[in-house]
Amino acid sequence: MALLEVENLEVYYGLIRAVKGVSFYAERGEIVALIGANGAGKTTVLHAINGLQPARGGTVKYDGRDLLKTPAHKIVRLGLTQVPEGRRVFSELSVKDNLLLGAYSRKDKKEIKDTLGYVFELFPRLSERVSQAAGTLSGGEQQMLAVGRALMSKPETLLLDEPSMGLSPLYVNVIFDTIKKINEQGTTIVLVEQNAKKALSIAARAYVLETGKIVREGTGKELLNDPAIRAAYLGQQASPVS
Amino acid sequence: MSKLLETLIGGLSQGGVYALIALGYTMVYGIAKMLNFAHGDIIMVGGYTIMVFFYQTGMPIVALLAAIVVCIAVGLLTERLAYRPLRGASPLAVLITAIGVSSLLQSLTQLIFGTASSMVIVNTFGTIKIGSLVVEVSTLITLFSAAAVMLALTLFVNKTKTGKAMLAVSEDQGAAKLMGIGVNRVIAITFAVGSALAALAGYFSLLKSPSVSITMGSLPGIKAFTAAVIGGIGSIPGAMLGGILLGVIETACNAAGLANWTLAIEFAVLIVILLVRPTGLLGKKRREKV
Repeated sequence: MALLEVENLEVYYGLIRAVKGVSFYAERGEIVALIGANGAGKTTVLHAINGLQPARGGTVKYDGRDLLKTPAHKIVRLGLTQVPEGRRVFSELSVKDNLLLGAYSRKDKKEIKDTLGYVFELFPRLSERVSQAAGTLSGGEQQMLAVGRALMSKPETLLLDEPSMGLSPLYVNVIFDTIKKINEQGTTIVLVEQNAKKALSIAARAYVLETGKIVREGTGKELLNDPAIRAAYLGQQASPVS
Repeated sequence: MSKLLETLIGGLSQGGVYALIALGYTMVYGIAKMLNFAHGDIIMVGGYTIMVFFYQTGMPIVALLAAIVVCIAVGLLTERLAYRPLRGASPLAVLITAIGVSSLLQSLTQLIFGTASSMVIVNTFGTIKIGSLVVEVSTLITLFSAAAVMLALTLFVNKTKTGKAMLAVSEDQGAAKLMGIGVNRVIAITFAVGSALAALAGYFSLLKSPSVSITMGSLPGIKAFTAAVIGGIGSIPGAMLGGILLGVIETACNAAGLANWTLAIEFAVLIVILLVRPTGLLGKKRREKV
């Protein structure tokens, strides 16, 4: 059985059916990407997994546990942490306080310090800004903070929602390199992205979401070379990569 | 000169009481995003509890501690039974509920204790002469206790894990949940803290005017709410500043023989401040997230 299993997920906003029977899975240690245009339902899927948005139907199982029956704040303790869309750092709190809040559900005080050191190693820029209010950081730095804050919970699985949104190409590369690095160290990654090219280039497998349904799935490479996907999401003519 | 200083001390002391109440409004607003119009009635619950326990034991400190416990219990109970089921409901529904809770608390107290107000002289400290100043000792006690409580609260919110979780919830509930913060628990703690402060305010009010009545929390409640808005609702330092400002204005008006004008002047100050700074003195403009 896969580590994360989503079956026939249904999510409504009032009468609007935003997610229409989505099923996908992520194996331990994989990078799985959900790509799709704006409004396809990618974020809604992640919110349903993390309990921020109640699901109307289907199941979400993590390590055999039913996440739809687990309150949002208890899901972190199961090893599943999300980096939300738009970073959502606590702008009035310092960088350090943001990071420590990421470790809110942990009790092992000593090891929290080690994790803090690990995050600073990953993002040296954050260690230069420890006592600065998070709201004064640049967009790229805030994204580093959002990722670092999530890592502070020592997640087994990291869900990332549009980590490249609004970032300069330089920061996009930094963030994606870091995601790869985190994955190589054993963390399972579920990546939601509009930047399909970047996402597919690091994902083992990927799913294409269109108006609340999964319309394609395959390995990252397959989808990267798929003419229809290239035309729809990569802004290129339908000719295979040589 | 000494008259001026005495007025200032009296104003700071009265302001400290308003600040304690305003903190309850502002913290609940900042964290639970609701106006708890029943907050003033928690002061009244505190007043009656002090009366009962003072008559039973004769010990003011026991009465005060009992009031703190009872007020926390009532605060938590109203949050759990009246407000939590409405989380995510329209702000108007929550507002009406808060007004309902307010009448409920007043009516229940009236059923138990009747409509007449009662005298409760918990402590008589007399006056003290400092140089040429003559000050009520109770005024000084109020002033220093309120300052100490505010300092402790500031440290609690900014330095402890729970306090930082409160700030996180107040800024972004969703992101706080993703960090593993139990939002309901944090909101409950906020109500408990606010209610404890209201109990203290009830005790200090009794030091100043030793009588309890069903409506004893109404005017202080409205004034403290005004103070919270002046300071910038949702801002903890703002509530302290607003409360102290209002206390000083009130005492100054009284000393200047304008007692009949006090309320008018206070609300005029509110209007002017809101015209110049719509978010209050220390309030921040917040981007509403969709």
